[in-house]
Amino acid sequence: MLRYLYADQLAQFPRLADTMFRDRAAQFCDRLQWDVTVGADGYERDGYDALNPLYVIWENADGSHGGSMRFLPTTGPNMAEDHFLHLSDGVAIKSPLIWECTRFCLSPDAAPRVSAALMLGGMELGLGAHLSHAIGVFDARMVRIYRRLGWGPTILGTDGQGREAISVGLWAFDPALRPQLLARAGVGSDLSRYWYDRSFGAPTVRFAAGAA
Amino acid sequence: MLEAFIEQLQEVETFEGLNALVVGLRDGLNVEHIVYHSVNASGGQYAALTYDDSWVNRYIEQDYARVDPVVQACFRRFHPIDWKQLDWSGKAQRSFLGEAIDSGVGNQGFSLPIRGPSGQFALFSISDRMTDEKWARFTQENVQNLLLVSHYINQKALEIERGTDHAQLVSLSPRETDALTMLAMGYSRAKAAEALSISEHTLRVYIESARFKLAALNTTHAVARALASGLLVV
Repeated sequence: MLRYLYADQLAQFPRLADTMFRDRAAQFCDRLQWDVTVGADGYERDGYDALNPLYVIWENADGSHGGSMRFLPTTGPNMAEDHFLHLSDGVAIKSPLIWECTRFCLSPDAAPRVSAALMLGGMELGLGAHLSHAIGVFDARMVRIYRRLGWGPTILGTDGQGREAISVGLWAFDPALRPQLLARAGVGSDLSRYWYDRSFGAPTVRFAAGAA
Repeated sequence: MLEAFIEQLQEVETFEGLNALVVGLRDGLNVEHIVYHSVNASGGQYAALTYDDSWVNRYIEQDYARVDPVVQACFRRFHPIDWKQLDWSGKAQRSFLGEAIDSGVGNQGFSLPIRGPSGQFALFSISDRMTDEKWARFTQENVQNLLLVSHYINQKALEIERGTDHAQLVSLSPRETDALTMLAMGYSRAKAAEALSISEHTLRVYIESARFKLAALNTTHAVARALASGLLVV
């Protein structure tokens, strides 16, 4: 199932958070050998995790992490601006309608549908928050996978070679793509909506009834 | 209406002037209330709002920020929040809600949390009395513009706080300048993207980024402002 959690809500899901930060260490440090920091606790975390970002997380049936990504508004401090400005022609992309997405991570034994479900989660978030685009920082070799999942980015630039290659790209939030993302993820529209509302709060009738 | 508001916003130099504009925005949008509330990294606060003084005083005196679900939910968040999504089920919250409605806040509201530079945080809220259906339509139609407007108010408030001696001049990156220049010359987006050897998505994002820097509501407005500021040579 998909969960949308701010960092300060992770404490309510200790197993999910624990396995997410360990899976990030496995992917970004061990496998991709990016220049990231893994703490004594085995967690891969950086300064942006301390800014109370919003995570989109696939939770496995046993409560562990299946995959995740991390969102921050571009109007505040963000990674694309601080570290990858040269990949967007020196343009600090800043807009209330654009969030950045980083640390797209899959657990080593993630089922194939998890990456599709995460793409769906990203779309739900963008549409729900009325955004126009996400600017992503990602493993360059993921581009083909994103395209195959039905929602490919426009690449702004790429740094490095081979498995260390990091790209910056743009995703447009287009409601017309939602049906195919649902289909690829094997998730029904209502169920996806339910997961979203469970995290952000479903509109309740009680509030309005009190006043009308 | 919003374009006129943004033009006026550029001219404002004092917090009093900003408050008057927020009142004008409320009247122009024909809603009950608008509140902009900023907290900077060192805890300094500023608010521009349309509530009655009696409600503001009551809120402060009762320290309602501790029970107000809007404040509790929006602090440290950054997605738009409809007040109906919040938990009003607690006894203190229900009683607070009743009092807020009696004080004319309205039965509907939504809030846009704003993350500014270096730990600055602000909250922009708009509220009214209308049916659920009308409110859903109103928010759907206006939320993107209000996202922009709320951030422009925030930029202006930060500018006033810094003082006019430290007014920041808008500067565009070469790619942003190129993109707006092509549009100013009358090229379509497709033609402009082709001429700059970038995709239309990339062009749109450069324009979006320039629009935000120029505090403009739409592309035409952004081009006009860039021309007026001498940032484009056409």
